Amino acid sequence: MALVLNEEQLMLQDAAHDFLTSRAPVSHLRELRDSGNSDGFSRELWREIVEMGWAAILVPEEHGGLGYGYAGIGIVLQQSGRTLTPSPLLSSAMIGVAALNRAASQDQCESILPNVATGKQLIALAVDESTQHRPDVCNTQASKTSDGFKLSGSKVNVLDGHVADTLIVSASTGDGAELSLFLVPSNASGIQIEHVALLDTHHAANIRFDDVKLDQSALLGKPESGSGDLDYILDVARIGQSSELLGIAEEAFERTVEYLKERKQFGVPIGSFQGLQHRAAVMFGEIEMCKSAVLNALAALDSASENLAEIASMTKAKLAETTHNVAAEAVQMHGGIGMTDEFDIGFFLKRCRILETIYGDRYFQLDRFAEIRGY
Amino acid sequence: MSDLESFRVDTREWLATNCPESMRTPYQTESDHCWGGRNAEFSSSDQRLWLERMAERGWTVPTWPAEYGGGGLDREHAKVLAEEMSRIHARPPLESFGISMLGPALLKFGSEALKQQHLPKIARGEIRWAQGYSEPNAGSDLASLQTRADDKDDHFIINGSKIWTSYGDKGDWMFCLVRTDPEARKHEGISFVLFDMTTPGVSTKPIRLISGKSPFTETFFDNVRVEKDQVIGELNIGWTVAKYLLTHEREMIGGSGVTAAGSESLARIAVSKLGTENGTLANTMLRTDIARFEIDEACLGLTIERARDEVKAGVSLGAASSMFKYYGTELNMSRYELLCAIHGGEGLDWNGGENRDGKLPKTWLRTKGNSIEGGTSEIQLNIVAKRILGLPG
Repeated sequence: MALVLNEEQLMLQDAAHDFLTSRAPVSHLRELRDSGNSDGFSRELWREIVEMGWAAILVPEEHGGLGYGYAGIGIVLQQSGRTLTPSPLLSSAMIGVAALNRAASQDQCESILPNVATGKQLIALAVDESTQHRPDVCNTQASKTSDGFKLSGSKVNVLDGHVADTLIVSASTGDGAELSLFLVPSNASGIQIEHVALLDTHHAANIRFDDVKLDQSALLGKPESGSGDLDYILDVARIGQSSELLGIAEEAFERTVEYLKERKQFGVPIGSFQGLQHRAAVMFGEIEMCKSAVLNALAALDSASENLAEIASMTKAKLAETTHNVAAEAVQMHGGIGMTDEFDIGFFLKRCRILETIYGDRYFQLDRFAEIRGY
Repeated sequence: MSDLESFRVDTREWLATNCPESMRTPYQTESDHCWGGRNAEFSSSDQRLWLERMAERGWTVPTWPAEYGGGGLDREHAKVLAEEMSRIHARPPLESFGISMLGPALLKFGSEALKQQHLPKIARGEIRWAQGYSEPNAGSDLASLQTRADDKDDHFIINGSKIWTSYGDKGDWMFCLVRTDPEARKHEGISFVLFDMTTPGVSTKPIRLISGKSPFTETFFDNVRVEKDQVIGELNIGWTVAKYLLTHEREMIGGSGVTAAGSESLARIAVSKLGTENGTLANTMLRTDIARFEIDEACLGLTIERARDEVKAGVSLGAASSMFKYYGTELNMSRYELLCAIHGGEGLDWNGGENRDGKLPKTWLRTKGNSIEGGTSEIQLNIVAKRILGLPG
């Protein structure tokens, strides 16, 4: 597997770049925020994204999708990171579809995937229960009933949980450490969804489940063997986030380099100062490392690599650290204007903060990476 | 079976038969690295045998054309060979500046006669080369060099001196930058010449480093005769050749950021020295730094691989060698900082002790030169800022 895009992938990248920069540039995000949009994304834009085929990239052809693979969705997410475009691409089209591809029965796939490919149905992953990402700590209980399960507990920071039609929920069904995963309709009785606007203008939900009745068919995968599936789904999520983080780092960096060439102080462009040049050159190198890491991680997903967990944690750790540093340096190098709400550069730092935190920050990933490597 | 797959099978079989067992073990001492040369000192008969067997197949320089002693392999086949060698932890049969620096420059700029004369001897490890670049007053500002070559019709006479000549006392021949036109602007009057270091008038003096070792010399030229057919490329275009060679030198140095084949990983050393508690390294703070290091190391390895793929796809980054040089040296220096932390007091021994006569502290001190030699980190960052990012000034 070569670490370069092929011609087809380059065409997809160009198409994504052209569409997103014309239809959903950073000003689109600002408008949504200023208009108080309660979805956190534009339904109209989502319809256009679906028409581009991006919601169907990971859906197998037999279920009405393109079966194009992870490299494809990664390319699109990277471009949407550049424009900070809010949409359910990550939560539903990547994480949701990957979960179903991995663990769902034929019936579940047939009933859900065609609607996800056409954007009519949205999926969200509900896993965390506290302020820290601890997927193995699960107090949500699914107790067995005569005809299925009864779900009780709560989940926090569910990305797009306020708009999702179907929630993928991790829960304990027995006394063991093994989790089970459930497909839960968000309109089921006993579900309370608290809508939260996040600091980057994207939206999430805190969700309570009180004796929610589920059929046997709600089970995603085998009972009490969901931990492996959840690991896989979260690794997909981390690699998707890394793709988006890469786009954020690239765009924030390019904008900053342009600013260094334009902004004059002491009668010269500030980019002529070695103190800034060297910091920019170091960031360039770090972003090059990130590009390789993301290409490698997407390839690992497409080739079903045995080392997926190690690669996912490595990639997220690298991208979280680099993109955060780049976005913070971008604000610093823009000086006072970088601190103003009127200027766009601060949006990159905000979006980065969300993506780096959810599904495990750099410290979580470093710990997991070291554990996998045996130390 | 595809051609590449059958090549892999054949290579694996050949290596299994021909790579001596002792050449599949981690390096113990400096002399386990094979540098070749007229006065080559082999640390074992296996080391010599391994060099001879690999040179016979052209696999000391797998991608060079077979007519110059190379293996004639394309990138895919060379990658398979590298993977198969790494699989059995085989040591490189030969490491030399002839392979990593002069060879590529000769292949690109050298006359047919010069290629025939020098490349096969590099490939077989018969001649060890030294680099004559830096001068006492020409370090980061290399092009201000003053060593002069005066035109004496059928030959040049060289006078001046060089500094930081790696293993100058062990080199058989030197590739050297000299000023052939003192009137021209500083980048335009330089030529790239080759000469035998046993020529009368050449002398060297070792430089003792903070590591206590002397891997570098000062090198003096007192009326040294150099034949005119030993100029690479044309007269006065030496700076072009020099820069091309520097990109190879920087890529080579950059590669040092990735743990060499046959070396133990930091994490494994840390576990053996510090032990584990509840399955994790006993020092959790150090564990974090090791994990960050290992991730950066893996990312550098992937980026080196990606750069090769991009060259093949025709989309290479021009000044990328500066980025690799900067990143690789920073990583190698971090590696030794971490190794010192892992070894604690054991890493303080200079003579005697358990730590093989101060190998660790000496190597740690030596790595402080990584971000200076081959163009300082600051020079590399200048190049990235100006040539890649297009920043002014």
